[in-house]
Amino acid sequence: MTHAARNVAIVAFAQSAHRRRTDGLSEVETLMPVLHDALGHVGLTARDIDFTCSGSSDYLAGRAFSFTMALDGVGAWPPITESHVETDGAWALYEAWVKILTGAADTALVYAYGTSSAGDVRDVLTRQLDPYYLAPLWPDPVALAALQARALIDAGETDEQALAAVAARNRAAGPQGAAHRPRAAGDYVVAPLRARDCPPIGDGAAAVVLAAGDTARRLHDRPAWIRGIDHRVETHALGVRDLTDSPSTRLAATRAGAFDAPVDTAELHAPFTSQEIVLRKALRLGDGVTVNPSGGALAANPVMATGLIRLGEAAARIHRGASDRALAHATAGPCLQQNLVAVLEGETR
Amino acid sequence: MPEPLTAPLVVEFPFTRSLGPVQSAFLTGLRERTVLGVRTTDGQVLVPPVEYDPRTAEEIRDLVEVAATGTVTTWAWNPAPRRGQPLRTPFAWALVRLDGADTALLHALDAPGPDAVRTGMRVRVRWALERTGAITDIACFEPHDDEATEPTERAATAHASSPGVFADPVTAVTTPARLDYTYSPGRAQTRYLTALAGRRTVGERCPACRKVYVPPRGACPTCGVATDEEVEVGPRGTVTTYCVVNIKAKGLDIEVPYVYAHIALDGADLALHGRIAGIPYDRVRMGLRVEPVWTEGARYPDHYRPADEPDADYDTYKELL
Repeated sequence: MTHAARNVAIVAFAQSAHRRRTDGLSEVETLMPVLHDALGHVGLTARDIDFTCSGSSDYLAGRAFSFTMALDGVGAWPPITESHVETDGAWALYEAWVKILTGAADTALVYAYGTSSAGDVRDVLTRQLDPYYLAPLWPDPVALAALQARALIDAGETDEQALAAVAARNRAAGPQGAAHRPRAAGDYVVAPLRARDCPPIGDGAAAVVLAAGDTARRLHDRPAWIRGIDHRVETHALGVRDLTDSPSTRLAATRAGAFDAPVDTAELHAPFTSQEIVLRKALRLGDGVTVNPSGGALAANPVMATGLIRLGEAAARIHRGASDRALAHATAGPCLQQNLVAVLEGETR
Repeated sequence: MPEPLTAPLVVEFPFTRSLGPVQSAFLTGLRERTVLGVRTTDGQVLVPPVEYDPRTAEEIRDLVEVAATGTVTTWAWNPAPRRGQPLRTPFAWALVRLDGADTALLHALDAPGPDAVRTGMRVRVRWALERTGAITDIACFEPHDDEATEPTERAATAHASSPGVFADPVTAVTTPARLDYTYSPGRAQTRYLTALAGRRTVGERCPACRKVYVPPRGACPTCGVATDEEVEVGPRGTVTTYCVVNIKAKGLDIEVPYVYAHIALDGADLALHGRIAGIPYDRVRMGLRVEPVWTEGARYPDHYRPADEPDADYDTYKELL
């Protein structure tokens, strides 16, 4: 089921400042103000929430079971109904959405956090690869994205100039005062990708509140209704995939209802400039669509929260009346292996 | 506010993974300088081979030998090789479709520079000198001029009529992995550890429920709010519960049996863990009053020993169990 039988909306979104490092703070110290902020937007406390779900990965900071420590920031007593996904928080939102659709909950708190500064994220992310044929070679995410970028250039779908334009537009749109400002082209990290084509490395957290039907209407005068969500995964074998396309994104979008009517906004989780090219094609986004008004993953990339932030940013635009129908996308795995698409709508006023 | 503490943290895990029949044949083949693919039911040859058809999920076992030469389908120039990667000098990452295969294999391509690499170029396997049955038995690919090539060397052990049958097949791979981190305990634990180094134990009080947490982690896990009022606790405390350890831990220089206890320091609303010594292990009891024992230069108590006072009444610590 991808079209909702029950109306569920994002009613609040909050995120931390995005910093290169937060080594004065524990993860719960980074996360807790964000949770309070999101709940505060709708006048709730953790005790009013029926279901709590989070996304993070212990490998990023090398802290075993860090998500249980993060729960200290929620206040999990008396015992709460809680779940965790070891991937981007966008998938935690998906789980919470399903939970609400079942009728088992009316409200949900979804959060995600990442502390990439504690380790070397280019090394850490090699550990998610096929352990037999890929992980022993330590191919890092920039290398894999560069193979994809080269394939796109060879296919005539983009060139370095077009990638530079993607970088410039996203970075210019990024949050002012954030640690990651627009930067010069930079050297090749792994050619054809230059520093400007790669996401910043940093720490951050984000949270959203979901609510069903009348509860959502009570909590927000313009809820961002989730009209559909779907996620699809492709094979882990890179050499089997067509890296210039994203059939999983297209299928998820179809099943989420993204092609049923035009969207005015798209928040795409494209950590590398070349991946925005792939996603625009898969999602058939025309020039009339505002893509990544938040600056996307190129402006701030707290790994494990970046996808959830796309959903939150799209919802926030609907909340403030800047969008009526928005698409939000999240990705996981190398070269856009797994993709989630959500369609959000505000009611006509 | 003391300077935030940090410390190096190394996580190492030598994963040993058993291999399925197709993976075992492929990796054993590499040891014998033979590249095997697997044929899917619709006739595609997958290299590297997998156990199940990526499209249909059918079990596939039809092994076929492919050439050690092939064509680059995409590539990326890596100017700064990282730890663990196949070559120490700048190289190209490449997806290579070997002759006879329908899919591409990821590996390194040794070339003098990016100008010497292009999509569609011909390459061949450079075998590692020592091979163990691993993807790294391919040292890398290297440019290959088809005109000038001599007949492909063929390993004697591969049997053309039944590809994938080798003496002494590898059945598992061990993949060591090491990740380096800088651990930072955060604001609350930095305050705690800094005070502890000065032989003071500090907790933090929750502004909502007034409980004092030791050691503090910056948040009240019950109320979900920040704890920032520092409260000195101890040094004495009460054993709330304990266990007798009978098995020696690796690398721990403590004679067994010994007692490990939950100790509620005076003024704390959460018990911390500590070892009890200075008393026979079978005389430790709930309610025993203890005090910390410091060793010269240590940043934390070595253990706790009985304090010279009567046992605590059960009612004084029953909420802390």
